[in-house]
Amino acid sequence: MADTKIGAYICKGCGIGERLDTAQLAMIAQKEGKAQVVREHEFLCNSQGVEMIKNDIANEGVNHVVIAACSRRSKAETFNFDNVAISRANLREGVIWITPADDDKKEIVQEMAADYVRMGCAESLKMQIPAGNPSHGNNKRILVVGGGVSGMTAAIEASKTGYDVLLVEKTGSLGGWAAKLHKRVPNTEPYANPMDTGVADLIKKIESDKHIKVHLNSTITKTSGAPGQFSADISTESGGTATENIGAIIMASGFTPYDMNKLPHLGAGKSKDVVDQLGLEALAKAANGGPIKRPSDGKIVSSVVFVQCAGQRSDKEGELPYCSGHCCNTSIKQAMYFKDQNKDIDTVVMYTDLRTPGNGEDFYRSAQKKGVIFTKGVASEVVPGSELQVKFQDKILNEDAIAKADLVVLATGQVANSGVDIEQVPQDEPGKWAANKQSVLNMVYRQGKDLPLLKHGFNDSHFICFPYETRRTGIYTAGPVRRPMDMVQAIEDATGAALKAIQAVENASLGRAAHPRSGDLSFPTFRREGCTQCKRCTVECPFGAIDEDEQRYPQFNESRCRRCGTCMGACPVRVISFENYSVDTVGSQIKGVDMPDQFSEKPRILVLACENDAYPALDMAAMNHIQYSAFTRVIPVRCLGSINTIWVTDALNSGYDGVILMGCQKGENYQCHFVKGSEIAHTRMSKIDDTLKQLSLEVERVKTYEVAITDIQRAPALINEMAETIQKIGMSPLKF
Amino acid sequence: MARKEYSFYPGCSSERKASASNYMVSVESMCKTLDIKLNEIPDWNCCGASIGYAEGGELPRHVMNARNIALSEKNFGNQDIVATCAACWLGAKESQERINHSETIFADINVILKDAGLKYEGKQKIRHMVEVLIEDLGYEELGKPVKKPLDGIKIAGYVGCQTNRPFGVDGESFESPKYLDKLVETVGGTPLEKYEEKVTCCGGALAFSEPEKSQAQIKKIIESAYDHGADMIVTPCPVCQMNVEVYQGQINKKYGTKFNIPVTYYSQLMAVAYGASAKEAGLDGNIVRATKLEEIAAKK
Amino acid sequence: MTDLNKVMVEKYRNDFLKEVEANVEEGNWVKMCMQCGVCSGSCPLGPHWEHPPQEIFMMIRAGKRDEVLRSESMWMCTSCYNCIVRCPRELPITHIMHGLANYAHRLGIAPKLNPTRRFAKMFWNNITAGGRVNELKLSVGLYFMDGFASGIKKGLEMLPVGLGMLKTGRLNPFGLFSGGHCKGAGDIRKMIKKAKEIEDKRKGFAA
Repeated sequence: MADTKIGAYICKGCGIGERLDTAQLAMIAQKEGKAQVVREHEFLCNSQGVEMIKNDIANEGVNHVVIAACSRRSKAETFNFDNVAISRANLREGVIWITPADDDKKEIVQEMAADYVRMGCAESLKMQIPAGNPSHGNNKRILVVGGGVSGMTAAIEASKTGYDVLLVEKTGSLGGWAAKLHKRVPNTEPYANPMDTGVADLIKKIESDKHIKVHLNSTITKTSGAPGQFSADISTESGGTATENIGAIIMASGFTPYDMNKLPHLGAGKSKDVVDQLGLEALAKAANGGPIKRPSDGKIVSSVVFVQCAGQRSDKEGELPYCSGHCCNTSIKQAMYFKDQNKDIDTVVMYTDLRTPGNGEDFYRSAQKKGVIFTKGVASEVVPGSELQVKFQDKILNEDAIAKADLVVLATGQVANSGVDIEQVPQDEPGKWAANKQSVLNMVYRQGKDLPLLKHGFNDSHFICFPYETRRTGIYTAGPVRRPMDMVQAIEDATGAALKAIQAVENASLGRAAHPRSGDLSFPTFRREGCTQCKRCTVECPFGAIDEDEQRYPQFNESRCRRCGTCMGACPVRVISFENYSVDTVGSQIKGVDMPDQFSEKPRILVLACENDAYPALDMAAMNHIQYSAFTRVIPVRCLGSINTIWVTDALNSGYDGVILMGCQKGENYQCHFVKGSEIAHTRMSKIDDTLKQLSLEVERVKTYEVAITDIQRAPALINEMAETIQKIGMSPLKF
Repeated sequence: MARKEYSFYPGCSSERKASASNYMVSVESMCKTLDIKLNEIPDWNCCGASIGYAEGGELPRHVMNARNIALSEKNFGNQDIVATCAACWLGAKESQERINHSETIFADINVILKDAGLKYEGKQKIRHMVEVLIEDLGYEELGKPVKKPLDGIKIAGYVGCQTNRPFGVDGESFESPKYLDKLVETVGGTPLEKYEEKVTCCGGALAFSEPEKSQAQIKKIIESAYDHGADMIVTPCPVCQMNVEVYQGQINKKYGTKFNIPVTYYSQLMAVAYGASAKEAGLDGNIVRATKLEEIAAKK
Repeated sequence: MTDLNKVMVEKYRNDFLKEVEANVEEGNWVKMCMQCGVCSGSCPLGPHWEHPPQEIFMMIRAGKRDEVLRSESMWMCTSCYNCIVRCPRELPITHIMHGLANYAHRLGIAPKLNPTRRFAKMFWNNITAGGRVNELKLSVGLYFMDGFASGIKKGLEMLPVGLGMLKTGRLNPFGLFSGGHCKGAGDIRKMIKKAKEIEDKRKGFAA
């Protein structure tokens, strides 16, 4: 690689020129920052400015560019040059917009700008131009696990987009639970009547699609590899094993209905005339438009009670704490089976809160028009007999009452088919790996055989921001394995997951990262000789990207890596780095700051801010001209998880008076783009007090916060709070 | 020819020596200034009011209103029907809506009206006087003739129920209609924007049959006006006006309050602002004298 | 009148919802209630309702015929229409309450002594007599509703109000003998009689 040649470009636009002495900044870039080419420009982002930089790259040999202008979040497209390492010194949002223009503040504001120029140059010096992951695979075939509505939809959508699909279904036929339905909840105007399930059409489409290969009666006995280069062992119908290569996986393993026999008080198992919703579908299918007959004696049903939330939304042991989302609409649909056949049949839906997602409200109204009675009440007991008695508490009339019925339908919930819980069933030791019957994917990943769970047995995925992502790159979940849902949602889900899978194989084939740093060409490298085999990177990687080789060294599967840097933050011996993001690129920025002495009354506050939420929050604060201390030096990080405690220790040792870490919300309702990064960082930082004590520093000097992108008032306030703290407890004694 | 002309349904309470006769007096004065001509529907009858339902049922109630509408169609068929009373407006509009919506009722009504030589078509718009003022003239136009702005008078705009719900004035919210405040502003008064009870029910007809319950409502309405420093309350509804005004003595007796607040019609404010005398503005009809208005009216 | 009640009980057996749908003004909306309770919370006299509208709807579905029709609840409606404009399902609640009250009254099972029922009846007779309201007759009638002695007492209580109205020219002292009269009063009475006949026939109250 050619020698590093830094070009530093200082913009005077947007008021920077008026507020700052840019000539002095240019001098610093040249003398301290070691930039060989230094230029000021009136308006760097205009075509002339950009042309100037391009010219230097083409003709002056500049290969590292330092843009001292606006925030890195601004003009990212304009200041994007191929095959060049780019760093940004944030003079606009980072300096002039958050400080007062008063003359008496001019000095400290200029110092702030000067430090950002130093930091930009220091970072640049340590950066390398990312070359892309060399060990990438090119397989673009997509494996879909599960042949229900979600799986079939994902397969069809992927095929329609031009990708080969392998569909594996454990039962002998396609269709899943949907195939067992008499009719489905409507998904089109006027949302008034049950409609055909459409399953037969889906199956026909699959069967006639030569790009979709189907394995029935088959399970996955082994999954290994990475995006673009997965390998799956499929135990097939014939009893043999087929090994197939694929680029990405969609897990649509669906749900199992909650076992209603756990609800004997509601008559389940005690009376044949108490069925669950799937039981009723079977009766309706058998009746095929004629009168529905009850199981016990074949009597035509003249009255039916639907008990909503049976064994769900419950805090009782063994019952489901959550709402399964589809059951209200399903009961409405099933009540219509009766009403549409004979309007004189008494149909009562007994509910506590009727929840009808999607266009279910119209469907609900339609049922009311058809004469379905909705009673707000909680069923406590179903007494078996030739006429069933549903004892319930009427929640409106506030009285105990009894509803009599020929048939009782229990609306039970969905239990995810998510395989084994890797927290409970840890991975077998290297070399001793064996398939597990309960597992869906039987992955050979060091962190476990299946996808990590979030709660209630459903797979981890962020239900708002990135719903189809799992914590295994290139493997996406769709349908009720991810969260309880109905068919409309499952279809949408499957389509989304198919697109994510396609994005994954395409990125992988180019050696680039997938979500959320989609397109990033950097990848982790590690210095094997320095490794102490502590396993922290293997354990802490939120995405299970790191395995162990036979000699127990970490084995980086770069294509699985999301480039968050959590491994880099974890490594006690600092042997993990990315070309353009490393312990050194950040460490040199920290050290690059000009540290005033203890008596100068100019403290320094280091803010390590997550680039996903906290840094944008500070940018937005700046746009709103919300001020914070000019003694602050902010460094964006990829994720709080990438923060190596050495940065904090070094900062304190080199005289910083306060250090603030700003990451995303952690825990069950996480906002962290790398799921676990923020949480891991908080855990690491909980031990920082010992370090502070060793250095004889006050514990208040280091703070870790969860900051949301909307915290545009709070984020600056947190910084100012630290400035006040420092004023109270005094300057750090560790300045040279 | 007048600037605007309407088929007018005055309603029972507007009759001479009836409970809202002074409302009528002020409306006449206001309309004179604004050059609005009101053509009274000949031999109109009662709308059935809000409690007609109990004994009257559906069809007889609709017939009462259909007769008025038919009479209007016959005499002033090309004009909108305007009512000054909230209940009359609501009753007529509601019946019209129901009759027009059902072929059966429509046919029944015409069978019944036929004997009296009438025919119902239901095509005229039925509007409240404030709608006409706001929509056909607009605040700006209403402000032009103001000669004596009601400077410094703080006025609680008590909208009440029936001009506001279920139909209401177009573009206004049911929870916080602004038109009355805007009218107050138009004539130079100070509206109390934070008056909380502006759409609270005064009890309506239940003031007669359930006086205690109604008076509890009325007390809230007056109390809030006082809390916000009101000099007077203004309303677009005769029932509201009467209920809020005439029971103040009884409420004082029961609750130990000292209520003595004038309750006026919007049309009285406008008439005074347009230069009418106290008598022309019907101020002699207010049991609690609106002295501040009287003072302005007396000014040369 | 109680006979009519028996006829209806016989006709609809225990399907009170169906009875309401067939006979009560806007009754076919009852099934559309989604039990949110906004109506009950919006009613100015809410606390005085034995069963607020939300409950009435539930009781109809639960077949509690007597409890609904004999209730004082619906008679608490002031016709403020707050429930109507707030109902997310757009049920014409005010009209349904009026309809239920009217139906109960018609069947002769509405609470006998309910003052609003009695006042409403008096009001209707007042307006249908002459075509317009005779306010004096109406007030006098109201005060003497419970007999002469009570009437005098109420009249005395209301004396200041009456005097106020009189003094300001808003009450006609000769109203007992004139006022509130349309030329077409005879026509109106005939029309109402006919309307009643048609309605009774349509609702099966009469052959």
